[in-house]
Amino acid sequence: MSMVRNPVEALQESFGDAIRKVEEFRGEISVTVDKSKIREVMFFLRDNGNFLYDMLIDLCGVDYCGDAQRFEIVYLLRSSRFGNRITIKARLQENEDVDTVMDIWMAADWLEREVYDVLGIKFNNHSDLRRILLPDEFVGHPLRKDFPVQGYDFEKPFSVQLEEESNG
Amino acid sequence: MAETLNMTVNMGPQHPATHGVLRVLLELDGEIIVKATPCIGYLHRGVEKLAETMTYNQALTLTDRLDYTNGLSNNLSYCLAVEKLLDLKIPKRAQYLRVMLAELQRISAHLLWLATHALDIGAMTVFFYAFRERETILGILEQTTGARLTPSFIRVGGLAADIPDTFTASVKTFVDDFPARVDEYETLLTDNIIWKKRTQNIALLSREDALNYGITGPVLRASGVKYDVRKAYPYSSYDDFEFEIPLGRNGDIYDRYVVRLKEMRQSNRIVKQTLEKLPEGPVRAHALTVVSPDKADVQKDIAALIRHFKIMAEGFKTPCGEVYSSVEAPKGELGFYIVSDGTNKPFRMRIRPPSFINLGILPKMAEGLMIADVVAAIGSLDIVLGEIDR
Amino acid sequence: METVPFILESLIKVVVVFSVVMLIVAYITLLERKFLGFIQVRLGPNRVGPCGIWQPLADGIKSFFKEDIIPLQADKPLFVMAPMICFFAALSMFAVIPFGDSVYLFGRKIKLVIADVDIGLLYIFALGTLGEYGVVLGGWSSGNKYGVLGALRTAAQMISYEAALGLTLIGTVILAGSLRLTDIVEAQRGVWFIVYQPFAFILYIVAGLAEVNRTPFDMPESESELACGYNIEYSSMKFALFFMAEYAHIVVVAAVATTLFLGGWLGPFLPGPVWFLIKVFFVVFFFIWERATFPRLRYDHVMQFGWKVLFPLALLNVVVTACIVALK
Repeated sequence: MSMVRNPVEALQESFGDAIRKVEEFRGEISVTVDKSKIREVMFFLRDNGNFLYDMLIDLCGVDYCGDAQRFEIVYLLRSSRFGNRITIKARLQENEDVDTVMDIWMAADWLEREVYDVLGIKFNNHSDLRRILLPDEFVGHPLRKDFPVQGYDFEKPFSVQLEEESNG
Repeated sequence: MAETLNMTVNMGPQHPATHGVLRVLLELDGEIIVKATPCIGYLHRGVEKLAETMTYNQALTLTDRLDYTNGLSNNLSYCLAVEKLLDLKIPKRAQYLRVMLAELQRISAHLLWLATHALDIGAMTVFFYAFRERETILGILEQTTGARLTPSFIRVGGLAADIPDTFTASVKTFVDDFPARVDEYETLLTDNIIWKKRTQNIALLSREDALNYGITGPVLRASGVKYDVRKAYPYSSYDDFEFEIPLGRNGDIYDRYVVRLKEMRQSNRIVKQTLEKLPEGPVRAHALTVVSPDKADVQKDIAALIRHFKIMAEGFKTPCGEVYSSVEAPKGELGFYIVSDGTNKPFRMRIRPPSFINLGILPKMAEGLMIADVVAAIGSLDIVLGEIDR
Repeated sequence: METVPFILESLIKVVVVFSVVMLIVAYITLLERKFLGFIQVRLGPNRVGPCGIWQPLADGIKSFFKEDIIPLQADKPLFVMAPMICFFAALSMFAVIPFGDSVYLFGRKIKLVIADVDIGLLYIFALGTLGEYGVVLGGWSSGNKYGVLGALRTAAQMISYEAALGLTLIGTVILAGSLRLTDIVEAQRGVWFIVYQPFAFILYIVAGLAEVNRTPFDMPESESELACGYNIEYSSMKFALFFMAEYAHIVVVAAVATTLFLGGWLGPFLPGPVWFLIKVFFVVFFFIWERATFPRLRYDHVMQFGWKVLFPLALLNVVVTACIVALK
């Protein structure tokens, strides 16, 4: 069963200017959306009977260091009813937040935490936004382009504190 | 009235039943779990960051180490993504061999799951029987790829080399014996009343929850959703083969067990078909700037040697753009989202890890279970920490 | 006055039985590992001597040389005493089990049982319950919350199945008319009691498995669960004592099954003790086979089964047997 309407057309009709860019590459469509409208777009895509994108396949962040709008959040959606996939993107400047989509798809819970962990992008209204892969005390966001691959303390010798010393 | 506090128990990173370095904090009210919080990241190696510093061929070796129980599926997923980026067509023989290897890996990954899951619930014998079959498969894979755990055999453009002469005979022997072996496991477990008591109606996952949480793979199919990437978005000539997608009804641990056992049988069926239909031909695409020439040519012809050197040292450049490509790994949908900036290194390589997203359901699933059931539930999700932590 | 020869005779019997039982317990561990190995398509111990014959010796020596750790928060006297209680209880149960017919030596009739008390079966049950003290004390005195949890679970399981265990044997006692074990064996000269009480035999085997914490009832001591067993803090010889007590208990359960259902030492051609050992061996083999085949039951399933299924069935067996015997 394939979709009755073209999702890109419907999005452009409903959201007009918020749809910044539509690209197609190797048979896949990606739609860049204004980040302030991201929640409305997502609710539309999930609940509209013509599309029913009920699966959030992936949510990731990309760092285009050097661009004015440095970060890009990529949402990959799938409709289990119709079988179509679509990619929605939103661009952010450094230090900008974006709204969470956790209440739309619970899959976003951990996925957004990971984006926060490795890229430092904050998601508003996320129920538990803390680091997931790295230790809680870690400083920095490794997947950013300005974070060196070997880390900041590569040259620092590993200090061993014996139990007797720490107990005083 | 005395006030009771819930007891917090730590199922530490070192635990025989968490299948890797997974830490689960359990808040207990007596024997019942009130809250379960998984803590991950003990195996985080920064694969996505490392891939940005390596050429596409070098980054392939990183993919072996994701879900280390089935390295070939990871290689396949990555290579399909890069080939989609390059718009490269792979010869039929290579595609069929890829399917055969991926399905053999699927059987071996499911056997590992069965062995450890049964062991957690107490059936020790199934562990040894399943590992006996797994040894056969790993032996076959070692014959071909040279390694049991980190094959790196499926390369961009085809395979690293053609299969050896003994390959088809070994695979045929295995494929003929395997259904009887699965019958053995079923005899021990499927109708066993103790097994059913431990697994039926426990850790239920409804269809709506499964879709909302982004679950994929056998866990999703056990909840009744018919989504298999091999049928939904066929890759590597999967549509040339006949196979079924087993579905479950209730979404409990027992259904996940039944679905995976049936999948093993279907994979066996696919391998049989690939053996029968395997065409002759090259195993590498003819793409001069991407695929290294045959070793025999490299040793005789200077142009081939120069090409080989360039491709190995510098890598190949990919056009600008982004692709997402996924395969049906034994754990779920394993996808790669690669952003290319026109150089020989990926600008961003994002791995969509099925086990990471599947594990997200554990807090919800574990509420109301008893401690003994949590072990069974984690086993039924079939997680691999290499993939979760990357 | 027959005291001195009697004491001498008893002493010799005790020494013989003790050594044989310790040997059996040691070699049952090897037997189990070999059988499990063969069922699981592997060999089991085969390095230490031909077919791994010296493996129990090696394990004993290893246990002896390991560091004996007593945790700081443990209650030391109880901690040390708990494995001894278990071991003592398990071994003492052998005192009333008859191994064979009477022999005539030095002009005396010597019964092949250390103490032929007229309440033999009751004595076995009493000591079985005493062994549970060791388990609870061991868990509690470790000072570790998981030890306590494990010990309580184990004790609860053992106590529940004791009740059913006792009831399953009442049927045979009714048939034999006595609690004295030698009388029960004598009453089977014609036909073994398993023929008259097949249902009770099955119930006894199931209750016996639960009593000694064997699969499928081994939740209290399974490695892949959170709350480890009562012996979580034990090491070296104390751990070995718990271990040996468990296996001795298994042999006792098998020996009682043999005595009450399989005709004890009765059998043609071969001497009594040999038949006894063969029958005990078969029951123990069945236990090991069971361990290899089944997964383990969850704890609440075990308790439900013990009280809601096994106990009423055992009670039913007693009532039916009593009615049939009364009507005859």
